[in-house]
Amino acid sequence: MATREEITSGLAEILEEVAGVNPDDVAEGKSFTDDLDVDSLSMVEVVVAAEEKFGVKIPDNEVQNLKTVGDAVNYIEANH
Amino acid sequence: MSNVDVVVTGLGATTPLGGDVASTWDAMLAGRSGVGRLTLDWADQLTVKIGAQLKVDPSEVIDRVRMRRLDRSEAIALIAAKQAWADSGLEDAGLDKERLAVSFGSGIGGALTLLNQDDILEESGQRKVSPHTVPMLMPNGPAAWVGIELQARAGVHAMASACATGAEAMSLALDIIRSGRADVVVAGGTEAVIHPLPYAGFANMRAMSTRNDEPEKASRPWDKGRDGFVFGEGAGAIVLERADHAKARGARIYARLAGAGITSDGFDIVQPDPECKGGIRAMSKAIRDAGLTGADIVHVNAHATSTPAGDMGEIIGIKAAIGTHPVITSTKSMSGHLLGAAGALESIATILAIRDSVVPPTINLDDPDDKLDLDVAAHKARQLDIPAAMNNSFGFGGHNVALVFTRP
Repeated sequence: MATREEITSGLAEILEEVAGVNPDDVAEGKSFTDDLDVDSLSMVEVVVAAEEKFGVKIPDNEVQNLKTVGDAVNYIEANH
Repeated sequence: MSNVDVVVTGLGATTPLGGDVASTWDAMLAGRSGVGRLTLDWADQLTVKIGAQLKVDPSEVIDRVRMRRLDRSEAIALIAAKQAWADSGLEDAGLDKERLAVSFGSGIGGALTLLNQDDILEESGQRKVSPHTVPMLMPNGPAAWVGIELQARAGVHAMASACATGAEAMSLALDIIRSGRADVVVAGGTEAVIHPLPYAGFANMRAMSTRNDEPEKASRPWDKGRDGFVFGEGAGAIVLERADHAKARGARIYARLAGAGITSDGFDIVQPDPECKGGIRAMSKAIRDAGLTGADIVHVNAHATSTPAGDMGEIIGIKAAIGTHPVITSTKSMSGHLLGAAGALESIATILAIRDSVVPPTINLDDPDDKLDLDVAAHKARQLDIPAAMNNSFGFGGHNVALVFTRP
């Protein structure tokens, strides 16, 4: 079981790879679209990479609820 | 003939000869070949193992994250267009972007993305296919990205006429400016499909040279030993501008795009008309459109791709439409055949030939075809005063495009 910090840093790695986000900017309170400038197509890539990295399934109807990094950490922590 | 003058104010390119226009032109004047053994491992499996790969990979110019959403043909279109835009000086000219259009095509388009993503689909399933796949493979992608980059708002056009695409892009740009729909058009062509599938397809048509042991000698237009074209990748872009607009802002003007002629053969999907009838009509139209006569055209940058069938038909055409006086060359002997980008790169070579009063050489013309009775600048660049010159491009499907450039 990964800790919240481990999940956050794993997401930061994915965000850097897929969307060029600086890992130092990634924190639970940050919005993917408004703060980190991740557009909808890049978000699809982030979700697919996160599924693989954390061994979770993130259905499309869940993705719309993942507004912030913290939302994603909560979902992954509860489902992996 | 139109009463609206259109001039060239910016040039950009990334080619097998160099990562920009200056290095590409230097290589051409020095007679260097951009052809080599393919550096890709699949080449060992094919009968054709040579090609003209980009001298500077786009990943050296565009950052990694941006490259994830660009097909290679889109990336190099952007590189060439941005160079041409910077060269034109329009960035700081306060141009109304509703007067800026784009005319940019590709012969084959985003096939590299299509084929690579199909591999991913087959191996890993739908979930792994990039969500950027469609905008990367769509044939209007390069034109659209150029339009977005430069915020062009007068219309973005993407044509596809095989190996005549780059030249057709220039012709459409001329029409757009003459019609009053835009003051400036960024026009060009791009191609980047060095992949085993198109290689296999062209090789099985017996259209490509198999001179695998002497890659630098493989592209040899009009030579008796020619055995097919050499596949290349690259992009070229030209900023075309209404002449009075360019003069009003004190722009540096390279040349005029004085006329264009487009025809179609209505004959065969791949074979050129052996008597070059469509080519003759295109050349004649372009000369008339420029308000000139054949006697005025002193240099032709020929389409000549180094195929046994195609090269000599154009010679018949040049003699019929222009005469026996022009000094001709095929810069494909050095760059390889850039397919949809060929007409753009060769337009740039024609423009610079006018500017510098020099015809770039046709290398490898060691043993000219018996029917070659025109003056070719063989082996070495030749000094020549060039008030007006023509660039020819012909494409699979029977597309013929001739462009006439003159001194400003």
